[in-house]
Amino acid sequence: MSSNVRFTDFKSDKQPTWCPGCGDFGTMNGIMKALANSGTDPDNTFMVAGIGCSGKIGTYMHSYAIHGVHGRSLPVAAGVKLANPDLTVVAAGGDGDGYSIGAGHFIHAVRRNVDMAYTVMDNRIYGLTKGQASPTSREDFETSTTPEGPKQPPVNPLALSLAAGGTFIAQSFATDHKRHAEIVQEAIEHDGFGFVNVFSPCVTFNDVDTYDYFRDNLVDLADTDHDPTDYDAAKEKILDSSKEYEGVIYKDESSVSYEEKFGVDQNMSDIPSGAPDDAMDLVREFY
Amino acid sequence: MPADFNWAIGGEAGDGIDSTGKIFAQALSRAGRHVFTSKDFASRIRGGYTAYKVRTAIDPVQSVVDRLDVLIALTQRTIDENLDELHEGSVIIYDGDRSTMADVEIPEGMVGLDIPLKALAEEAGGAIMRNVVALGAACAVADFPIENLDSALQKRFGGKGEAIVENNKKAARAGLEYVHDEYDHEFDYDLETTDEDYVLINGDQAIGMGAIAAGCRFYAGYPITPATDVMEYLTGRIERYGGHVVQAEDELAAINLALGAARAGARSMTATSGPGIDLMTETFGLVATSETPLVIVDVMRSGPSTGMPTKQEQGDLNMMLYGGHGEIPRFVVAPTSIDECFWKTVEAFNFAEKYQVPVYVAADLAMAVTEQTFSPEAFDMDEVEIDRGKVVDDDSIDEWLDEEGRFQPHALTDDGVSPRAFPGTEQGAHMSTGLEHDELGRRTEDRSMRVEQVDKRDRKVETAKETEDFSPREFGDADSDTLILSWGSNEGALVEALDFLEADGIDVRFLSVPYMFPRPDLTEEIEAADEVIVVECNATGQFANVVEHDTLTRVKRINKYDGVRFKADELADEIKATLDAEEVSA
Repeated sequence: MSSNVRFTDFKSDKQPTWCPGCGDFGTMNGIMKALANSGTDPDNTFMVAGIGCSGKIGTYMHSYAIHGVHGRSLPVAAGVKLANPDLTVVAAGGDGDGYSIGAGHFIHAVRRNVDMAYTVMDNRIYGLTKGQASPTSREDFETSTTPEGPKQPPVNPLALSLAAGGTFIAQSFATDHKRHAEIVQEAIEHDGFGFVNVFSPCVTFNDVDTYDYFRDNLVDLADTDHDPTDYDAAKEKILDSSKEYEGVIYKDESSVSYEEKFGVDQNMSDIPSGAPDDAMDLVREFY
Repeated sequence: MPADFNWAIGGEAGDGIDSTGKIFAQALSRAGRHVFTSKDFASRIRGGYTAYKVRTAIDPVQSVVDRLDVLIALTQRTIDENLDELHEGSVIIYDGDRSTMADVEIPEGMVGLDIPLKALAEEAGGAIMRNVVALGAACAVADFPIENLDSALQKRFGGKGEAIVENNKKAARAGLEYVHDEYDHEFDYDLETTDEDYVLINGDQAIGMGAIAAGCRFYAGYPITPATDVMEYLTGRIERYGGHVVQAEDELAAINLALGAARAGARSMTATSGPGIDLMTETFGLVATSETPLVIVDVMRSGPSTGMPTKQEQGDLNMMLYGGHGEIPRFVVAPTSIDECFWKTVEAFNFAEKYQVPVYVAADLAMAVTEQTFSPEAFDMDEVEIDRGKVVDDDSIDEWLDEEGRFQPHALTDDGVSPRAFPGTEQGAHMSTGLEHDELGRRTEDRSMRVEQVDKRDRKVETAKETEDFSPREFGDADSDTLILSWGSNEGALVEALDFLEADGIDVRFLSVPYMFPRPDLTEEIEAADEVIVVECNATGQFANVVEHDTLTRVKRINKYDGVRFKADELADEIKATLDAEEVSA
């Protein structure tokens, strides 16, 4: 890998079609910086994205990438990483992709703890379909399909992750560029599943969870005495619905990745041109 | 037609029917006899009716027949379920002391051997060995050297310690001796042995072994009858070759895990049954449009919905050929026998990578859970060839870069196949997407590029038709006016049915078709025949419909969808009836 990789090397020449001011610009720039700072390069990086505004991220970046079906980015990313553990793998999605249609995969990806990062661009709305409630929308958030609000509590993805045995749980804010990039980098470098919920405001359809809202309400844990390795302290922050936190909330420093547990350490693309040398032993097992 | 011997053990699920049957099959195989097994089983852990049947002969056997010579019955229901197959002189071994058999009724003309299986097992070291006592008794009835059973017991229990093996051998002898001492009946059987070495393998295992041989290094799946054996086979074996098996949270995840591994350059596979294919269909189009090589095994079972999960059916052909929204180029290969499960899996991986397509391996329950004996040479690993298609490396990638130095994973080529760069290849970074895309893999709605990419993907199928050999397997009399067509596991029963028909003076030509798409053009063969009969295990004749569509000719059909595979003798009768009906109407 090259040591003089710049974050712009991860940028493609395709212009984003996100709305001007969309939080996803900041989210993507932070991911590119985090990748460059973590020492990888585009030819050794694999981006996986699902469907929605967030799903377009791979198109605007330069790396190996797949833009898959709705909600399934996490199993794809795990498959990539297990087949070639040398790659840096980042999955990206939105709150609909990750916590609604893909919610089942989310808790299992957390449990599995494959060494990868997962950044969720959480704008608390369905943007690409023009403004319907998402699983993180507020209970009284009025939309075209929920005129009186969803009348259901929003999903707490951080709590889901903690309950599923998450080893790295963080939250960032798309326009807090420096902190966001630092947090994503830490998620990439974490030995296991590095999960970052990124507040990534939708300027077109969400007039509640706005930049101003987050600026006014966000508490950066770096400015507090929070110890991310303290499970109980993390639990308290995660279940505290009175505030929005930014920073690494929980980190299990003894985390062992799935690959390490199972001894998966080879680039599986390397295979011989015929059956393995001792393959007749497989046949003889059936005597 | 082989001089065969047909044996079964039946009882309730939880009675150890499967493992006991397997031990007897193994003993016969180790004695140099050919074996073909079948199972009647229920989707439950305990209770119900379950049976394991073994057909054996000196010559190869590849089907079940409607006859049972010796039956070990642990329940009355076992006898009732098999009345049609039992015949005059059939021997029924049972334990009259067992509550389920207290009021046993041995049908007239049959020989009942009441053996205190449990008591004898307890004497030998434990009631758990009562089925082994019954196996010993079966050896006495069949005049089969018990040393072969010892060998199978050693294989089955060797890992549990020598004492367990010895107790089991003792239990077997107790059964043998009980028959010798208590019954002076002359049994007609004499199971000879040979010096041949055979392997005893089922279709799921053959698929798993084929995958490893073909260089598959990644497998993701979700347990489902009757495909689970594929995953169980690979687990613990694929790791020896640097591979890995992931048990996914569902089939949606399984196919996406497998897709991810394939994008990273691994030969990758998933296996499931119809309900899993339903879920995987969501991602199937992405696999095809991103031109990702992937092998998807569908071990068909009876549907729709949960259907009859442990019963045979070939009802998923339409889904494999047409499933998914939009128009999806795909390959469907359909092994026609257990050894072909191995070879077709190898071929499926080569097709997948040469043409960068999803490839279905269409297997079915009847071959997946059936064990059959083969010479080891049937799986000659030296014959396995791996063709990875158009893979570029750090050097050869240059010719596939555009003027701005960008790699073109969907380059428009004459044969439709584009270059493939594994992640880590320098200058190879590129986008793959389920969106329509340009040569760089980036989203486009440009009308001419859309048409060019669709045509390019379809061109791969045309290239394969020109390059590959999709011939059917030919059996019977090539000059006959009667042509039988079939696919999947029916081959074995049909091949043996030809013998029954020949004995009745009826010659037919049988083509067993292992490629469902791309598939052979059978127009010539069909035009040359007066009668064409398509045999398959479904109600609507899915393959027959395809044949009619391809050749613009109406065909006769023999369909079976009662959940049970074709039997050779029964099939011969059905073919005769179909031909007779034709004569009458003519």
